[in-house]
Amino acid sequence: MSKSHIELTINGKKVEALVEPRTLLIHFLREEQNITGPHIGCDTGHCGACTVEMDDMSVKSCMTFAVQADGANITTIEGMANPDGTLTALQEGFREMHGLQCGFCTPGMITRAHRLLLENPDPNEDEIRNGIAGNLCRCTGYVNIVRAIQYAAEKMKESPVQEAAE
Amino acid sequence: MIPGSFDYHRPVSVDEAVGLMGKLGDDALLLAGGHSLIPMMKLRMASPEHLVDLSAIDSLKGIEEIDDTIILRAMTTQHELIASDLITDKLPIIQETSLVIADPQIRYKGTFGGNVANGDPGNDMPAVMQCLDAKLELTGPDGKRQVAARDFYQGAYDTLREDEEILTSVHIPVPSSGHGYAYEKLKRKVGDYATAAAAVVITMSGDKCTSASIGLTNVGDTPLWAKEAGEILNGSSLDNATIDKAVSAAEAITDPASDMRGPAEYRTKMAGMMMRRALERAQSRAKG
Repeated sequence: MSKSHIELTINGKKVEALVEPRTLLIHFLREEQNITGPHIGCDTGHCGACTVEMDDMSVKSCMTFAVQADGANITTIEGMANPDGTLTALQEGFREMHGLQCGFCTPGMITRAHRLLLENPDPNEDEIRNGIAGNLCRCTGYVNIVRAIQYAAEKMKESPVQEAAE
Repeated sequence: MIPGSFDYHRPVSVDEAVGLMGKLGDDALLLAGGHSLIPMMKLRMASPEHLVDLSAIDSLKGIEEIDDTIILRAMTTQHELIASDLITDKLPIIQETSLVIADPQIRYKGTFGGNVANGDPGNDMPAVMQCLDAKLELTGPDGKRQVAARDFYQGAYDTLREDEEILTSVHIPVPSSGHGYAYEKLKRKVGDYATAAAAVVITMSGDKCTSASIGLTNVGDTPLWAKEAGEILNGSSLDNATIDKAVSAAEAITDPASDMRGPAEYRTKMAGMMMRRALERAQSRAKG
């Protein structure tokens, strides 16, 4: 079985690699690129802890082969903060509203909520809950996660261009 | 869980993909969104030696309307169906169905064609395609052919698609503008396959039902088109006695397995219940 050559962008950085086609994107990120923010929770596509942003989609990286990401632009939790290193409104929301307890699901939650708010900047509670339906949290009961996303939506309304400003 | 080894191919045209499938034979499988296949590969329930990824074939993407037919190309994702104004306007049942498939992340990658062609009785689109009398366009070494969705499914993971053929598009006659529709799905949790689900499309003229078509999901080895149930409703005023009779006719064609979603008897009754609810919602939406 031959290896495949892939070129992709991860958190703004060009990456080239030779991968076995069966290498899952999550394993490529964690074990070959040392990007360990995306977590392996269930490894069956249910929990969403492995969620990454791939070409304007929220994708479960445990259900995607690295070869499928050839040519793609990928952002993980490591690439979510503002370019100057300050927290985005969404990250701040998770801190301010206590949107986590153990924190295991948080990288996936934030990555997913990031895309949700780009597509729907003013979601109601139902839309938030449906929007994060592919992300499981076993600690919080979701209440503070919903509040964290609401916090971010409110804050982004005040300064919507914040993320693009840098 | 790491899948077995395979060689990866990413053709850029349908011809190239069909050629690959012909050359590689039984050892090759098609990869669309991958969200049914990759889990199977991780469990080693599927161990293809070659994967032919359809994602780089531009002609397999998009939605268009030609002569009162909506043509849905196979690699259109669930997410794109939900966002499509044409689907919202002409075939809202497809949007309603897409929204109850899996979860947001899966819907970005999960394709319409994969859902239709996979052959898992738990897939939601097949019964909707039967309800809408869709025609599936298959492209193989000898060119294109069309198969009715009502004929396509032979058993669990057994369809009329040959190994070297690719489902390239689905052709759906646009229902009349005032039609009523609903897809009602009972599931245990977000992302689950249906315990039972029903797709209903009806047209009304005043209080009279002038056509009715019903598809059922995951209550047999294949999706089911409840032909007799539709015929019973057609021409009626959708009174309780007629609905009871139609629901009984639909329940009679189900043959679900007893599994973790419930005993067979329960799932049959839930198919009837989903049909009742879908019918009620379809009636409330029908104009004419």
